[in-house]
Amino acid sequence: MKHMLTTEGLDRGVITSLLDDADEFVEVLGRPIPKVPALRGRTVATLFFEASTRTRMSFEKAAKALSADTVSFSPGTSALKKGESLKDTALTIQAMGVDLMIVRHAATGAAWRLAEWVDVPVVNGGDGAHQHPTQALLDCLTLRQHFGSLDGLKIGIVGDIRHSRVARSDIFAMTTLGADVTLVAPSTLLPHTTEGWPVATTGEFDDVLTELDVVYLLRVQAERGGASVFPSVAEYRSRFGMTAERLARLKPHAAVLHPGPMIRGVEIDHEVADDPRTLVLDQVANGVAVRMAVLFQLLGGERDV
Amino acid sequence: MTPDDVSRALRRVAHEIIERNRGAEDVLLMGIHTRGVPMAQRLAAAIGTIEGTEVPVGSLDIGLYRDDLGSRPTPSLDTTAVPIPFDDRTVVLVDDVLYTGRTIRAALDAMADLGRAARVQLAVLVDRGHRQLPIRADYVGKNLPTSHDERVMVHLTEIDGDDGVWLETPTQDAMRMGDE
Repeated sequence: MKHMLTTEGLDRGVITSLLDDADEFVEVLGRPIPKVPALRGRTVATLFFEASTRTRMSFEKAAKALSADTVSFSPGTSALKKGESLKDTALTIQAMGVDLMIVRHAATGAAWRLAEWVDVPVVNGGDGAHQHPTQALLDCLTLRQHFGSLDGLKIGIVGDIRHSRVARSDIFAMTTLGADVTLVAPSTLLPHTTEGWPVATTGEFDDVLTELDVVYLLRVQAERGGASVFPSVAEYRSRFGMTAERLARLKPHAAVLHPGPMIRGVEIDHEVADDPRTLVLDQVANGVAVRMAVLFQLLGGERDV
Repeated sequence: MTPDDVSRALRRVAHEIIERNRGAEDVLLMGIHTRGVPMAQRLAAAIGTIEGTEVPVGSLDIGLYRDDLGSRPTPSLDTTAVPIPFDDRTVVLVDDVLYTGRTIRAALDAMADLGRAARVQLAVLVDRGHRQLPIRADYVGKNLPTSHDERVMVHLTEIDGDDGVWLETPTQDAMRMGDE
């Protein structure tokens, strides 16, 4: 594995071995001294051209727990403001001597372009509405911890699929690990086509609710135009929101996931967000372990000198 | 070493651990992956038979502490498990072969991140010499003089299906130690 760009086409063995390593990193993070020297002397750069709280912090925490140094780039304070291109920015950062780049960008495919330009491994931290592979890996880790395996799990991904890189990443990772995925959304929030995706789709949440082992909620992405397709928040909530009333109808062992940030009162009710069946905080904790596994896999081996 | 040699050596090491520590109440055995883990379990069983003391056994993966991470493929990781806090205990690290000492250096660093042992000792089945670091074993099943180009192969039933120690030289087929 040279880069981590997408979950599409990632085979089961690769995903499983990353999750196995992540399990070991969960143990490391629970130690009195939650830090190992594995990547001492390595430098990891985060290039986030889009807002992020948890993903960037999670990657930085992961790098530091492996003893790597981190440098970060934010467009707001950078020479990008002066008109420097993505390519020049990347080459400049590479010339400083970094060993791996994590990139988030609003443009689909940005991480792939970066991977062509630079000589170091690239991790996709989210490209537009396209892919966010480490999110999918942490979701799979959370589900594997909770259920033991994803084989045969019935997962409903609910909400703004069209604008969601999380959905696009989860669909491939989860089905590769043996889960059945159903997309639950109004047609206006589904992609123009789901051809080639190993999923079922429905516009009626209540039709599938009681069959699901996992409800995966997505945020309606106002910044990508997701809010304009619905007449009102109340209507969205009544048809696709995870309300307390719907929670009561779920299977007793079912779990609720959300990639964050959660908008309480829209896609998820307060009572649901705080319910023990909601694994949001496990997802966040697992995010660090999964990113350690990815960084270790990409940087833990032979160095090209 | 034949299967009998291996079990005799482990029994003697178990006796020595008890003798040196005046019993085994305060001992924690930490097996280093891969073969150190079943070896530690066997030592614990032997100590239990001799002393009637149940000795806790943990496992240690040193992959993240290796000093050669940059010059080999990424290692796969095994489980590190510490069954009890060990700040007031004697930790006995257990490994199959002691060679350069680099694995034990990594294990010492890993243990330091997991707690502060009262003391740390080292038990190995085979000491083949050629140390590159100032490290020695407290308990040795067999001292086996070797040259650098030879390979020592340890088999334990739990992993390999049989017990034994073989010496492989570049010019000869593997020879089991003790099978003259």
